[in-house]
Amino acid sequence: MSTIPTAPADETPLLQVRDLSVSFLEGKKKHLLVDKVSFSVQAGQCLGILGESGSGKSMTCKAVLGLLDKNFEVTGSSLFDGGELIGANPEKLRRMRGSRISVVLQNPMSCFDPLYRLGEQMEETIAEHMNLSSKAMHSMMVDILTLMRIRDPEDVLRKYPHQLSGGMLQRIMIGLAISLDPELIIADEPTTAIDSISQYSIMQEFVRIKKAGSVAMIFISHDLGVLSLIADRVIVMHRGRAVEEGTAESVFASAKDAYTHHLISQHKAVMNRFLMAIHGSSTREVVA
Amino acid sequence: MKNYVIMRLLATIPLLLAISFLCFVFINLIPSDPAEVALRIRQTPIITEELIAQTREELGLNDPFLVRYATWLWDCLHFDLGISYTNPARTVLGEIGRCLPATLELAGLSLVYVIVLSLPIGFLSAVYKDTWFDRIMRGLVFAGTAMPVYWVGLLLIWLVSIKMDLLPTSGYGGFSSLILPAFTVALSYISTYIRLIRNNMLENMREDYVLYAQARGLKQRAILVRHILKNSLQSCVTAIGMSIPQLISGTIVVENVFAWPGVGRLCITSIFNRDYPVIQAYVLLVGVLFVFFNLFFDILQYAADPRLRERKN
Repeated sequence: MSTIPTAPADETPLLQVRDLSVSFLEGKKKHLLVDKVSFSVQAGQCLGILGESGSGKSMTCKAVLGLLDKNFEVTGSSLFDGGELIGANPEKLRRMRGSRISVVLQNPMSCFDPLYRLGEQMEETIAEHMNLSSKAMHSMMVDILTLMRIRDPEDVLRKYPHQLSGGMLQRIMIGLAISLDPELIIADEPTTAIDSISQYSIMQEFVRIKKAGSVAMIFISHDLGVLSLIADRVIVMHRGRAVEEGTAESVFASAKDAYTHHLISQHKAVMNRFLMAIHGSSTREVVA
Repeated sequence: MKNYVIMRLLATIPLLLAISFLCFVFINLIPSDPAEVALRIRQTPIITEELIAQTREELGLNDPFLVRYATWLWDCLHFDLGISYTNPARTVLGEIGRCLPATLELAGLSLVYVIVLSLPIGFLSAVYKDTWFDRIMRGLVFAGTAMPVYWVGLLLIWLVSIKMDLLPTSGYGGFSSLILPAFTVALSYISTYIRLIRNNMLENMREDYVLYAQARGLKQRAILVRHILKNSLQSCVTAIGMSIPQLISGTIVVENVFAWPGVGRLCITSIFNRDYPVIQAYVLLVGVLFVFFNLFFDILQYAADPRLRERKN
């Protein structure tokens, strides 16, 4: 099933994905993981991709970024700023990653190389896309950390990943993602692996980036609550297919697809349980 | 860091005591009478009971077991490992000192082979996984691990020295005589390390930090060398620390196949002659080597890995 995106006529989308399919090749067998997914994002807009783990949402984004190895077959089209990404020269894609399209991943604790200081890892990223003197580089890194409201940036640059908290590392990742003025940010479950207090402040950072206005964002999550904070449009993925598509409000308010209904009612059930737990009283039986 | 080194050094003392004690006990469990053996080796024409008793006294064998152990240990600490039974004119320390350089040459070149060959081959096998290169190397690794050392040595002598007439068959003389025995010693280690590096690399390639490095737009080569290889070598460092004393002591078979005049051959000759002090000293030497190389490489790894430093402080 493919849903044709209904982009406003006055603006051409920054990223336009059409009939994107991804298969995993195992010998002569082919396992279809993503089945003809289509969507588009414009500058200043946020597209939410909702789905449970294994629904193909991360796979879709890896395919767009050219991060899938030769065990995967990718078909369809993905136009970024008018240029085709699927099947593009790997070197060209590499140059785009980190600068024009940047990424925030889940599991910040394991996304940095444990053997290098944060400063060294930030530096290698920036140096890959920009030519800076070591002095300018240093002040740029301090600026990024300051912008991300990290105290003692000089000290943090000298730290190894295991010496910092997940929330802190996630913030550094976001800082690094926006530091090179990307046109598109892909955030893959950026709030899943961190505690709820950090989650809240991380979401604030994303809302802040979105409000700045110029960048397009794809926000992947399995959490309706998170998506409702930031997404303008939402697609719902289930077993590799986009089963629902529309504005955030319309999807939440009047989902047509059965699976989306299921997700929303589950979300409501969890929220109810949560509220009951907070208000205490004789809610045990109701919960059970 | 300083505290860690001091702690580790102190911890070696009981370990070394235990090794020396076990070494002494095992040698003393050998059933033949050392005094009689000593007399026979010196080719005394008629061995009388009286002469044996006299020799026992001379060698200090009449003292209680623990006294003998303490005397031996005390002498060892003063680098006096006793006198060879075979040739009373020679000290054990002198004998080992005479043979050790040849063994170290052999073990040293083997180590060079191991590092120079297994590092690039392991790296390339992981990068080009399942290509013809990887398949051939995997076959060779399997063969290298499966073939016994003495057999490989004989095959190499037959092929390289006899059929092709490129290198000397055996004996000690210059670099050319070192090439074949060193390769024979190294072969099984090369195979082990190729496999270790390849598997570590493949494991590391699946890590999140690699995906994120790619997503940040780093060059594939930089990711492979700076990140994946460096992480993969962490566990190899400890393994190399154990392999160096193994290489030094493991030359024993190869030295005999290639008639190499090192401590391995000294040990075998001494075993045939029942020359107890020499055997005892060799066993002790190997034990001490293991302890100190293990210690040295642990400290090295401790210095290289920020996570270890943190935990121990």
